[in-house]
Amino acid sequence: MNWLMLILGAGIGAPLRYLVDRAIRSRHETGFPWGTLTVNLVACTILGLLTGATIPTNLQHLIGPGLCGALSTYSTFSYETLQLARTGSQILAVANAVISVLAGLGAALLGQALANAFLN
Amino acid sequence: MPDRSQAQIIAAVALGGILGACARYGAALLWPTAPDGFPWTTFWVNVTGCAAMGVLMVVITEVLTAHPLVRPFLGTGILGGYTTFSTYIVDAQHLLDTGHAATALTYLATTLLAALFAVQVAASLTRKLAPTLRHRREGARP
Repeated sequence: MNWLMLILGAGIGAPLRYLVDRAIRSRHETGFPWGTLTVNLVACTILGLLTGATIPTNLQHLIGPGLCGALSTYSTFSYETLQLARTGSQILAVANAVISVLAGLGAALLGQALANAFLN
Repeated sequence: MPDRSQAQIIAAVALGGILGACARYGAALLWPTAPDGFPWTTFWVNVTGCAAMGVLMVVITEVLTAHPLVRPFLGTGILGGYTTFSTYIVDAQHLLDTGHAATALTYLATTLLAALFAVQVAASLTRKLAPTLRHRREGARP
């Protein structure tokens, strides 16, 4: 059952990442990877919410390693960071890395605070 | 309403994402790490996924003309679903919360540096080996 939930969550998370990234790309032609940053922060918020909430194991697998795991990505994040550095925007590359990590921690905290406020 | 090629891309991303997530989850079951220790399994999942991304991107952008579904399936799907940013952050946050600040900061920094290094080294090696591969392919033609 855990595997089934994981498959279901990943089957939603990965295409959602693709669609969000594409939608943001079509609106912002800046070269900064806003799409990946957005999906990663959304996934961190949801996973933070999940760790702060008491919910059944099935749902935990669906949302945690399934949805959030597939919605967020490290490979595209690091590839895009290197691309920024390669194309001459070293400052933007460092900014992308630092902002992703710090905002990710903030997003996870926000998720936990939301869970404490509304779910428990 | 997405057109047919869009639907195919979304299906390729979904299928790849599922396979990647299963590999990541399988690795977590095979090599569980203690909640208050360095999350080695997620670390290696992310680093190997990044190395694979370095190889893939050079191959499909510089070495050969890939089918339009290759990048969505392998890159966005499998490698995107295999690697995870949210687990990396939430595990680090848990370490911070439970008084393991040194482990948390080491984990945050080493994953970031190792991931960037992995993409860079894998891409350079592939770029170096690419001419050999290309010659072999051309030589094999009748």
